[in-house]
Amino acid sequence: MLDQVTNQSTSTPVATATSKLVVEQVSKWFRTPHATVHALDNVSMQVAAGEVVCVVGPSGCGKSTLLDIIAGLTKPDAGHVLADGQPVTGPGRQSLVVFQEPSLFPWLNVFGNVMFGLRLCPELSNGERREIAHRYLALVGLEKFERAHVHELSGGMKQRVALARALAPDPQVLLMDEPFGALDAMTREHLYDDIQRIWSASRKTIVFVTHNMREAACLGDRVLLMSKAPGRIVQHFEIPLPRPRSIYDAELIGHAGRVADALRGTIGGGVTE
Amino acid sequence: MKRFAIVSGFLVMLLVGWELASESGRWSPVLFPSVLSVARYLWGAMMDGTLFEAIRVTMQRLLVGYAIGVAVGLPLGVLTSSSQLLEDTIGSLALGLQTLPSVCWVPFAVLWFGQTEGAMLFVVVMGTVWSVIIATNHGVRTIPPIYARAARTMGSRGIHLWTMVMLPASLPFLVSGMKQGWAFAWRSLMAAEIFVTILTGFGLGQLLHYGRELNAMDQVIGAMVVIVLIGLLADRILFAPWERFLHRRWGTNVR
Repeated sequence: MLDQVTNQSTSTPVATATSKLVVEQVSKWFRTPHATVHALDNVSMQVAAGEVVCVVGPSGCGKSTLLDIIAGLTKPDAGHVLADGQPVTGPGRQSLVVFQEPSLFPWLNVFGNVMFGLRLCPELSNGERREIAHRYLALVGLEKFERAHVHELSGGMKQRVALARALAPDPQVLLMDEPFGALDAMTREHLYDDIQRIWSASRKTIVFVTHNMREAACLGDRVLLMSKAPGRIVQHFEIPLPRPRSIYDAELIGHAGRVADALRGTIGGGVTE
Repeated sequence: MKRFAIVSGFLVMLLVGWELASESGRWSPVLFPSVLSVARYLWGAMMDGTLFEAIRVTMQRLLVGYAIGVAVGLPLGVLTSSSQLLEDTIGSLALGLQTLPSVCWVPFAVLWFGQTEGAMLFVVVMGTVWSVIIATNHGVRTIPPIYARAARTMGSRGIHLWTMVMLPASLPFLVSGMKQGWAFAWRSLMAAEIFVTILTGFGLGQLLHYGRELNAMDQVIGAMVVIVLIGLLADRILFAPWERFLHRRWGTNVR
C-alpha cells in the first residue's frame, strides 16, 4: 500500500504552480474485523495560496478523514497529497491542525504550548521562538494569559491558544477540523471575527472542515460539499462576498441556504445519522 | 488551621482515652501498656540509638528495593502498553502476580536466598514491580490519542514524542502507580522483616517481631507508631509535591 502511494506520487506530474495544496484522487477504506468501510472515494481538490476552503458534508462523510490525510496523520489507500508541490508522506510542519477536541498539553502552560511547535523548528534561535510565541498569543488576544494553566481557560480561549500554537511555526497550510464545534454560539461568532482578522493579516492557506453552513459561508472563499459515505466532493460553491463578513448578513445567509439545500439533496432518501 | 485543630484534638482525645483505659487497671499492663510506657520505650530506644538504626536499615532496604522495582516496572509498563505481544505475555504475568499478596513471596525468597539481605530485597521488588507495571501500562493506554496526534503534526516523533508528550501526559497515572508501588513495597518489607530474621541488619519489622518474642507490648506498639509515622511522612515528602503539581496543571483533584 505504501509502495503504491509513493509510486503514484513520483509518477504524477506536479500540479499547477499556484496551488498550495493539491489532493489528487484520494481514496480510503477502513477495515474492521467485521466490515470494510469505504470512507473516501476519489477525492480531488486544489487550494490556492492564501485561499480559505471550507469542506462541509453530512456527519460520517469522511471530511475529518480527508483532513487527517492532508495532515499526513492517515495514509490514503490511493491517490496522494501535495503541499507546495512536495508529496505529503507523514505528519509534519507543512500543515498544522486545530482539532475539535481540546488538544492543548495540560503539563505546559499557555506559553509552553505555543513554544512546543516552535522548539521543533531548528532554524529558529531561542530568542526568535519566544518572540514569535509572544506575537501569536497577542494576535489571538491572550497575551495576558501566557502563564495561565490550560484548565484555567474557557473553551473559546483554549481554541485560541490551539490556533496560536498551529500558526506560530508558520505552516504552509492551516487545517481546522470543526474547531468551534464544541463552543457556544456567542464564542463562535467572536472567533469568526478573529479568524477573519488573522487571515487578513497572515493570508494563510486554510482548509476548514465544518458541518455548520453559515460558518462555512462566513469563512470560506469556496465551499466544497461532500456526499455521504463514501465521501466524494459533489459540488463547489463560490462565496464572492467582501470581508470581514458577518453571519447575519442577508447575502451570506443566502449562500449558506444554497449549500444547505444542496446538502439535503445529497442526503436525499438515504439514511442520515 | 481549623482542620489541623480537629485532627490534633482527635489524637489527644484518643491518647487520653487510651491512658485512662490502661490506668483503670482492668487489663494487665503487660497487654495494655500505658501511653507513658510506650513513650518511655520510644525515648529510650531513641537515646540508645536502636530506633534510628532500625529506621536506617529499613529505609535503606525500602529505597533500594523500591528503586529497582520502579526502574524495572516503568519501562516494562511502557513496553506492555505499546505492544500487544508484550501485553499478552508480561502484562498478563504482571496481572497474575500482582494478585499474590507479597508476604507469599517470603517462603520462596528464604529458600532461594536464605536469611540474607537478598531475600529482603527480592520480596520488596516482587511486591513493587508488578503493580508499577500495571499502573504504567494503564496510564500510557489512557492518554488521549489527541495529544500524540497534535504533537506529530508539529513534527514530534520517536524519542521526542515519548519524552516530551507521552511521558508527561501519563504523569498522573505514573504518580499514582508509583504511589501504589510505594505502598506495596512498604507492606512487603514489613512482612519480610517480621518473618525473616537476619543478622546483617535489624529493621523496624524486626523490632516489632522481637517485641512479640520478649512479650514487650510497649515495644510492639512503639514500633507500630513509628511505622505509621514513616508511612505518613514518606507520603508527604515523596508524593505530595507531585500531586500538588498535577493538581495545579491538570486542574483535577488527584487525591
